[in-house]
Amino acid sequence: MSKAILYDSTLCIGCKACEAACAERWGLPYNDTIAAEEQISAHKLTAIETHGDKYSRRLCMHCLEPACASVCPVGAIQKTKLGPVVYDPEKCMGCRYCLQACAFQVPSYEWASRLPRMRKCDQCFERQSRGQPTACAAACPTGATKCGDRDALIAEARQRIAEKPGDYYSRIYGLNEVGGTSVFYLSAVPFEQIGLRTNVPQEALPALTWRVLELTPDIVSTGTVLLGGIWWITNRRAEVAKAEGKRK
Amino acid sequence: MTSRFPKLTVWRAIFAAIMLSGLYATYLRIFYGLGGATNLSDRFPWGLWIAFDVLCGVGLAAGGFTLVAVVHIFNIERYRPILRPAILTAFLGYSLVVVALLFDLGRPDRLWHPLVMWNPHSVMFEVAWCVTLYTTVLFLEFLPMVLERFGWHKPLAWIHNISVPLMIAGVLLSTLHQSSLGTLYLIVPAKMYPLWYSPMLPAMFYLSAIGVGLAMTIFESWHSSRAFGRALELSLLASMGRVLAVLMSVYLWLRFLDLARRGVLDLLIVNRTETWLFFLEIALMAVPTVLLFQKSVRFRPGALYACSVMVIFGFIANRLNVGVTALEAGSGAHYVPRWSEIAITFSIVAAGFAFFRIIAEHFPVFEARSNGHAASEMGEREEERIPVG
Repeated sequence: MSKAILYDSTLCIGCKACEAACAERWGLPYNDTIAAEEQISAHKLTAIETHGDKYSRRLCMHCLEPACASVCPVGAIQKTKLGPVVYDPEKCMGCRYCLQACAFQVPSYEWASRLPRMRKCDQCFERQSRGQPTACAAACPTGATKCGDRDALIAEARQRIAEKPGDYYSRIYGLNEVGGTSVFYLSAVPFEQIGLRTNVPQEALPALTWRVLELTPDIVSTGTVLLGGIWWITNRRAEVAKAEGKRK
Repeated sequence: MTSRFPKLTVWRAIFAAIMLSGLYATYLRIFYGLGGATNLSDRFPWGLWIAFDVLCGVGLAAGGFTLVAVVHIFNIERYRPILRPAILTAFLGYSLVVVALLFDLGRPDRLWHPLVMWNPHSVMFEVAWCVTLYTTVLFLEFLPMVLERFGWHKPLAWIHNISVPLMIAGVLLSTLHQSSLGTLYLIVPAKMYPLWYSPMLPAMFYLSAIGVGLAMTIFESWHSSRAFGRALELSLLASMGRVLAVLMSVYLWLRFLDLARRGVLDLLIVNRTETWLFFLEIALMAVPTVLLFQKSVRFRPGALYACSVMVIFGFIANRLNVGVTALEAGSGAHYVPRWSEIAITFSIVAAGFAFFRIIAEHFPVFEARSNGHAASEMGEREEERIPVG
């Protein structure tokens, strides 16, 4: 059973307890200045955004088929069976293809560091493997951020919309975005009004490159036969021409 | 020599200035990290070093595999005199791409990681392997120039024995990674401006790499004929110019066919920076293509040279557009390279020119001419002659 997070924007009061809990879990500094930054960065892996009287939360979406994991040349990023997409900084060589590939622009890089790492939310993989909730979900005073089994959270989100159709925009963000994610959003207004990207593809991204990459063995085998054959013919032709030239 | 001396000092002064600025930029990069030396950000993680040094560097070195295929696999012997300079350009090009990567990677000490930590689903993984293997192939194709210079015949014979598989491997590896540099961007369909994002990117990258490989060969033949006082292989270069014209017209036709099929032709009349830079790129490729169809242009060295320069700039415009222009709006970022990024890029290019000159002066790069081999008729290959290079 894979894990997920459900963020309900209608319940969020913008207290930023999730931000503080996240900073503590990662051992990152947290103060009023950092709290005022409304974007995720290498020192702030989740952020509460204000959109008029509505709030939204930014964090890694933990896609079912993550583009970041598929593009990583050294396999430093992995989608775990448990659900979280985790990162091994010891493998990372810093190509930053994950930053480029992420449709949600989540991964951040330690630009100022001499030995930089990529940073992003790992949905508290350690805590969740021990059966504990994520730090942000545990800290949330209103239940706006809830973690649990993915299927159960989808059912719960649907139920909330069904029970109070007037309070909710009728869709669940994350169900189909890039082929499905492990973070879901509920909102009172259309998602673009709380800063979510609605132009992301509705199918998984890794297939876009794999479609071409999987041709590699065909190109190599066909190419070898083709080029070898052409070489053999042209070389043979030159040899014959040479031999005939000598005979004359 | 004496008459050329003052000109050389000017160039040397410029060269020294570029290298010094590059040195200071290198200091910034090492001690203040990517943040201290570049204008890159979380929203715009790839800049000039990827778009120019890597994308253009690898493409501009494509003359190596193109000419190896022409001379050794298709056995078109008359192109042999310009094969070695093309191999040298390619070898230097790839070596400098690796140097550029050492600047661009966050952890350059882990450049070797993809060789032991595999992810076959990653385009970058495939590119890393192809570039590593192909740089090795280019080294072995370049090596005979060094071995001949010192008269080491035993290793020469050894390379001769593996030359055919080596060259076939080189062409295949190039085919794979020249196109893969385009495949890299297939993962960002929502970020990339539709004038450039296309499922055809890999094929487009491959075709344009072959085109610019030919243009670079004309470019460097013209320059080396001036620098080393050699006669220009005009008939060869002119016929190469004709192939280039045909290739570029196929490429341009495919580009517009692709735009039409994706239904984005109406973007061409939108007044945006992207549109203008798109037209700049297309004009730089279309104008020389039209000109090169004229015989009078192809057989005038100056005009032929100007056309090859335009194709090179058109190619560079295309790669910079894919790597920077096309991604700005979709990433919500505006990227202008910092001076230190430009300084390092210029230093790498300048180092390339300097290395080419030094190696061409001291090793038999243009030996085919000096040894009288160029006069040999087609098919009249001497047994002791090493086909590699």
